[in-house]
Amino acid sequence: MFPGADKRSGWRSGAREDQRVERALGALAVAVLAVIGLMIVTVLIKAWPSFAYNGIKWFGPGGDVEEQLRAMRSGTPIPGHGILYFRAWPLIWGTLVTTVAAVVIALVVSTLAAVFLSEFAPAPARRVLDPVIRLLAAVPSVIYGLIGILAIAPWINEHLISNARKQSVIYVVQLNGADLMTATVILTVMILPIMVAIAANTLDSVPVSWSEGSAALGVNRWRTIWRVSLRMAMPAIAAATVLATARALGEAVMLAMVSGGHAFAANPLDGLTFLFEPVQPLAATIFRESGGNTVGPLAHTMYAIAAVLLVSATLLSLAGWAARQPLKRYGVR
Amino acid sequence: MAAGAIVPPPAPETVVRPPRERISSWPLLDRLAYALCWATGIALCLIAIGIVLYMFIKGLSYFSFNLFVESPAATLHQSQSGGFKDALIGTLIVTAIGTLIAAPVGVGIAVWLTEYGRPASLARVVESAMETMAGAPSIVLALFGLLIFSRGFLSFLSQGAPQGALGESFLVAGVVMTAIALPLVVGSTREGLLQLPSRVREASFALGKTKATTISKVLLPSVRPSIASGVVLGMGRIIGDTAIITILLGGTLRNEAVGKVPILGTLRGLGSTLTYYVYYNSPAGEGNAHEKAYVAAFVLLMIVLVLNAIVTRLTNGRRPAGERGRAYQMLRFWQPSSTEPL
Repeated sequence: MFPGADKRSGWRSGAREDQRVERALGALAVAVLAVIGLMIVTVLIKAWPSFAYNGIKWFGPGGDVEEQLRAMRSGTPIPGHGILYFRAWPLIWGTLVTTVAAVVIALVVSTLAAVFLSEFAPAPARRVLDPVIRLLAAVPSVIYGLIGILAIAPWINEHLISNARKQSVIYVVQLNGADLMTATVILTVMILPIMVAIAANTLDSVPVSWSEGSAALGVNRWRTIWRVSLRMAMPAIAAATVLATARALGEAVMLAMVSGGHAFAANPLDGLTFLFEPVQPLAATIFRESGGNTVGPLAHTMYAIAAVLLVSATLLSLAGWAARQPLKRYGVR
Repeated sequence: MAAGAIVPPPAPETVVRPPRERISSWPLLDRLAYALCWATGIALCLIAIGIVLYMFIKGLSYFSFNLFVESPAATLHQSQSGGFKDALIGTLIVTAIGTLIAAPVGVGIAVWLTEYGRPASLARVVESAMETMAGAPSIVLALFGLLIFSRGFLSFLSQGAPQGALGESFLVAGVVMTAIALPLVVGSTREGLLQLPSRVREASFALGKTKATTISKVLLPSVRPSIASGVVLGMGRIIGDTAIITILLGGTLRNEAVGKVPILGTLRGLGSTLTYYVYYNSPAGEGNAHEKAYVAAFVLLMIVLVLNAIVTRLTNGRRPAGERGRAYQMLRFWQPSSTEPL
């Protein structure tokens, strides 16, 4: 026997060390969990007064949001209402229109781009496109905003909005190129890369034998992609869409810069002018009012908006996570 | 010959290769879709080239070395409003704080999730919490940070205020930035660990190593590229964030130290970063000097490009051979007459 072998000290201390490491790492994970829980709870608590005062009508239309925010900033309530009076519909409408439009466009474009990347692109093109997509995903939103406000908005203002169109709505709102269309276009470019990356990654992992089987049945290559590869990748595409929606929902800086800076509910009944009317999404509103402090009615309202964003983003993230679960069957993460 | 005798298979040399499939044989709709695929791929490239070129041209045309060494000043005269030295330093500080916290914590959580993950239900919850964190808008994280760090007992991180603490400082912004980098570090590290074959772990256990030793001496060194790319991605996200900076760094143009202690004073003080400088000097901000915004944005984009190149370098090295690209596999499969495998 080796000296000391009977004590088995090495084994013992190793096991104890193992347990210590497991506990420490587990504690770390639980701490992060606690922080996230704390975030949801504190934001909701801070938001409560605004929801309690306005009730379900918080989400509804009613009056001018700019006026309501101004009243909270100055501390003199709008006649006939309390200081916390707030109707968020124009902001919610702005968020919905920009997000839905951007996500729908991005869904179509990203699916085509992903098919191109994983099926048609020659190897050198793929080697270029992968970093390009990563780059597009990494460009800071403030740069997108800068390009939007200094290049795209003036161009739209000059070339797409006629003077007659400006005159037609001059008593309601001013058209200057920073509008729904600019916001949607840039938002689409911002969320595209994530969707392309996830979809292309999943298409890459479709088992080759499936496509071969389809080809053996005499199906052409496009139909194979459409019927076999894309169908398998469907959960991933759904998950990517959901994640991109969460990203679009939370985008504040770029939208605050290019969407017009006026809390106006763009009206689809205005025909084409609708595209050129300013909007102000929820996140952009928080960003604009960020000079306000942490107390008072304005803060409660801002935290109420944050709570709405947080709850929707959380639900979307969890939905995306759930949507990806079927892929685990195929061994795709 | 008797019925049922086994017919020998044809000799392998006589295999007839099918003709290569031609796009022109497809139905019109399929050809249209094929063309659209190419169009979107090229459009993506054009957009990226457009953004980079635009920033290059605009950035370089207003470029001046003085901008890097002058502190900004709040004046409408553009010749006197200085450069973005303070913003550059601010970006460095915030990124350093955020990365230094996010990297170890992220790796720890990723290791726990993949190597331990007990009880399984807790691992599931932590996993979905990571998703929540990744999906939470940064402006909401910023508001949450403001709420927490303006508590009086945390005033040592920022500075005192009439009620509790100010809740705005480099330290606070850096700590909150951790939240946007963390999911990327966890995701990337986890991906790397999951890709390691189990025989690596088994070999280490067979040598009598404990799990803790296996993790620190075998697993973590072999997923170093994954960790690095996660950290670099996180850095990119931190550098590019504006919402947290605007809310948690006070939005002063110069970095203003608190108290007399040299380094700690700056960390507890207010300031700005490149992203905020770009916003401030854009038509949407108060400075409204778009030449300076262009140059700062150009510098910002250069930093992002460099980080991006690092990530590309890191990920190319670790892609397993079998996964070299399905595009190639398809090439071999659809065009049997093509040449040798790469």
